[in-house]
Amino acid sequence: MNRITRLTLSALLSSTVLTAAAVATATAATHPETGEELAQDQTFTYRLLDNISSVDPQIVEDADGSDVVRDLFEGLLNQDADGELVPGVATDWDVSDDKMTYTFHLRDNAKWSNGDPVTAGDFVYAWRRAADPATASPYQWFISLMSLENGDEVVAGDMATDQLGVEAIDDHTLEVRLNTPLPYFPQMVVHSTTFPSPQKVIEEFGAEWTKPENIVGNGAYVLTQMNPGESIVREKNDQYWDAENVILEKSVALIINDENVALTRYQAGELDMTDIPAGQFPRLRDEYGEEAHSFPKLCNYYYTFNLSDSGPEAFKDPKVRQALSLAVDRDIIVNNVMAGGQPPAYTFTPEATAGFTPPEVEMASMTQAERDEKARTLLEEAGYGPDNPLSFEMVYNTSEAHEKVAVVLSQMWKQKLGVQAELANMEWKVFLDERGNQNFDMARGAWCGDYNEASTFLDLLQSESGYNDGKYNNPEYDQLLEDALTADDTTPLYTRAEEILTTEKPVIPIYHYAGVYMIDEDLKNFPVNNIQFNWYSKDLYKTAE
Amino acid sequence: MLIYVIRRLLVAIPTIALLVVASFLMMHLAPGGPFTSERPLPPEVLANIEAQYGLDQPLWKQLWDYFYNIVVHFDFGPSFVQKDRTVNDIIAQGFPISLTYGSLAFLAATIIGVVLGIAAAIRHNSWVDYFAVSIGIAAQALPNFIMGPILILTFTLWLGVLPGGGWNGGQWEYLVLPVIALSTSYMGSIARITRSSMLEVMNSNFIRTARAKGLPARAIIWRHAMKPTLLPVISYLGPVFVYVLTGSVFVDLYFSTGGLGQSFVSSALTRDYAVLLGVTILYGTLTVLVNLATDLAYAWFDPKIRY
Repeated sequence: MNRITRLTLSALLSSTVLTAAAVATATAATHPETGEELAQDQTFTYRLLDNISSVDPQIVEDADGSDVVRDLFEGLLNQDADGELVPGVATDWDVSDDKMTYTFHLRDNAKWSNGDPVTAGDFVYAWRRAADPATASPYQWFISLMSLENGDEVVAGDMATDQLGVEAIDDHTLEVRLNTPLPYFPQMVVHSTTFPSPQKVIEEFGAEWTKPENIVGNGAYVLTQMNPGESIVREKNDQYWDAENVILEKSVALIINDENVALTRYQAGELDMTDIPAGQFPRLRDEYGEEAHSFPKLCNYYYTFNLSDSGPEAFKDPKVRQALSLAVDRDIIVNNVMAGGQPPAYTFTPEATAGFTPPEVEMASMTQAERDEKARTLLEEAGYGPDNPLSFEMVYNTSEAHEKVAVVLSQMWKQKLGVQAELANMEWKVFLDERGNQNFDMARGAWCGDYNEASTFLDLLQSESGYNDGKYNNPEYDQLLEDALTADDTTPLYTRAEEILTTEKPVIPIYHYAGVYMIDEDLKNFPVNNIQFNWYSKDLYKTAE
Repeated sequence: MLIYVIRRLLVAIPTIALLVVASFLMMHLAPGGPFTSERPLPPEVLANIEAQYGLDQPLWKQLWDYFYNIVVHFDFGPSFVQKDRTVNDIIAQGFPISLTYGSLAFLAATIIGVVLGIAAAIRHNSWVDYFAVSIGIAAQALPNFIMGPILILTFTLWLGVLPGGGWNGGQWEYLVLPVIALSTSYMGSIARITRSSMLEVMNSNFIRTARAKGLPARAIIWRHAMKPTLLPVISYLGPVFVYVLTGSVFVDLYFSTGGLGQSFVSSALTRDYAVLLGVTILYGTLTVLVNLATDLAYAWFDPKIRY
């Protein structure tokens, strides 16, 4: 080996060593705030049950789809890990004295992924688009719910979309006018229906604009792959105004229909997060400790009585309804059937809902034996007993977990009260159809809050509500909710409304949902305290093992 | 022969049309619709959406428009549920996937099944026979919904050598498990049919004659016994080919392949009328074509059959 070769070799070697050292320092990055060592591969992989409805913010209608849309687009405001409002495209807002006009101030450095600036006009376009009958958005009603000025008229097609109460004062000032003061309005602009959409791109590509090769968004990520039935991939958007603080490079949703397969793939290290199948939480908690999570969710699970003319005569008597509710041992259902840390429900509205103080519920403080005793007395007073047994049919949509709950309920009623409840399960669409047409005696129901406020639940039982399938009708209750729309302090009104539900029992609350998930310990910052489960990939990061 | 093929294809058109009309009517008879949702849409919103998708028209008009768009524009319409995609998109994306692993599973089942069956028949009542028969029965007793979990537990969780699902553009690692899961039970049946068919053929008079005149065993098997042995296998393979392409719902769901079987089932549950009809037409056409191909293959294998 001559000298020159040796020199060249040593030079090569040392440069390799140097490069390796440089690479090592570059990758051993630490979190700017916590100082934790970050993983080299910043990819978050999670399980999705099914295909999502759309990635178009004005069209998307499912919660899983909204999770994706929140990464691809950014609205006026975001939520932090606790569900509190934090700036998004808007830095702050003013409210007029009559609380009917909101003025949002938009940041001037927000950009679309093609480099165009995000302006107030993009929001105006998007909101008009959502309201426009031609868009045929399934969330068109959200515009009415937001109480935008002329919203109902535009939605009905009686007024042009430019009459909608939203206006760009200049590129960075958005004015919103409402029909009525809505105390929780800022909460509503966290919803994907209100996200901006890129007019130029939509007009250029039409229905094809949401394809990965065409889509332009203003969120922290861009859509790079859409493989229905398989996966959805989004990668970091360098044009995002806060890109330098976004650590997670890639967010991947794997569509895995079977929750047990998903759990196996989690155990094999293919997923960072997956749902825990009903009943398996205690076992996984023992085996995996902190990786198994259970946290409250803004959803309820209940059975509704059919109080309309087609319903059984017996259910018209509040004593019967009370008795059936009392005899349900919720602890058995949450501890032995669901076993995922779900809180038992004694009120319709989950206790964790913001600004909601549950009324004193007598039943909650009684022992189950006392409840059973009272249930027997009430049912006897209503005229039902061994000689005249109460019997009815209860329907639920086909699902293993719902079936277990229904079987347990019917057994409790049978053993404690001698009541004959027949079970019937139905495929989802048939179930909705039958329940919607009051073709049932008692039916399962569940609801997840659209926003973190008690009215999202209580409204469902208003006599005019489209969701009030049991046709409960109480003028006082309706009036309370009507008043709450304009009240300064809504808490006592909601407490009173809930109190009416506890005495009249148009529904039997069973439990409130919990989010029950396996989350890899390397994944940090998943907002388990955000009761609406609104999470943003940009807030997550992975630490080195 | 050509005339026979043309005649069969012409008969196929009304058959498929009838299939479409029947599925269309049954679909609309089922309670609920694509826009039935937990929170019922306000009537004006629902009316608006239904108008956008043409669901406000009388049924005969909807059916007519549907045929018209297919025949004239080859457009199967938009999906009512997956709002970013048309039925053409869904089929174009899902069918190649189903076709890829379906064909592989079909090939694997046929080749291994036939080889096992022949080996068992030739070495009748030997350990080869017993071995092949036990494998065949075990495979048949393991439908894909049992194979799926076993495979994932073994190869993904325990050995950690293969991914538990996904497609990734059809890389081989992602193909192995779906193909095994889908092919095993068919492989078992093919092995059993081949074995019993071969045994029967080997005992028939013309084989005995061939033996008597001193033909070597190899010539007897390949030249004389093979074709008649395969006839019942062929008639079984036709439907199997359609099954592996269309009946792969479970594999699609279990291994997240993104194949078409999943769209078929979910479209029925979500009342995604357009997708359901589109996939029905595709499957119907496929069945008709495969049946025709089977019948033509018969003629080649059995000179007694003439069209």
